[in-house]
Amino acid sequence: MTYTAIAVVAVLAALALDRWVARTRLTTTGTWWAAYGIIVVFQLVTNGWLTGRRIVRYDQAAIIGSSRVPFVGDGRLAYAPVEDLAFGFALVLTTCVVWVWLGHRRAKERA
Amino acid sequence: MSLHHWAYVAMLVFCLAGTLPLIRIFRLRVLRQPRRLLLTILVAGTPFLAWDVYATWAGHWWFDPTQTLRWRVAGLPLEEVAFFIVIPFVTVVTYEAVRAVRRRDRTHEHPPHGEVS
Repeated sequence: MTYTAIAVVAVLAALALDRWVARTRLTTTGTWWAAYGIIVVFQLVTNGWLTGRRIVRYDQAAIIGSSRVPFVGDGRLAYAPVEDLAFGFALVLTTCVVWVWLGHRRAKERA
Repeated sequence: MSLHHWAYVAMLVFCLAGTLPLIRIFRLRVLRQPRRLLLTILVAGTPFLAWDVYATWAGHWWFDPTQTLRWRVAGLPLEEVAFFIVIPFVTVVTYEAVRAVRRRDRTHEHPPHGEVS
């Protein structure tokens, strides 16, 4: 599978985890989207550093874009492949879901 | 090792430098729950780390040896492994900071009985 394909699966898995598995339903809350909004801006900055400086490079066969590294365009945003946005979304959502889910469990144990 | 090798480390330091102060500013209780925090990082980070190991092995992406430290773990630079500790951590801190701000705003809008705002 390419990076593009795995990234799509990861986003869907994270959404399913939030909605139906852990039932934290964070993606229905303004708080989570506000936090994600802040994080995604910093993701563009820090990931722009990693990809713009070519600290990380990608196989053009695995991504929508090519081997070129423009700031915007050719399947890239802030130098990074757009797939990275999906990767980040899935990682951030999964992290928050687990954190909140463990918090609920803790609260229940104490009650 | 030249300064160049620290380019990836610099990015991780930037993430921590930007988020750690939030714990103090908003009096977050994130660090007071070490078990919950460690479990979150382990449970959420591990599948993504596994994906990264696979993708690096499959050649979907690779790392510049001149801009990373020399240590490798399962084919990944040490910094890339640290990424899956740092990013879940700063994510939790940011989420809790937003929660604290929204809670504070709500209390200001609807002060509890007997409290004059």
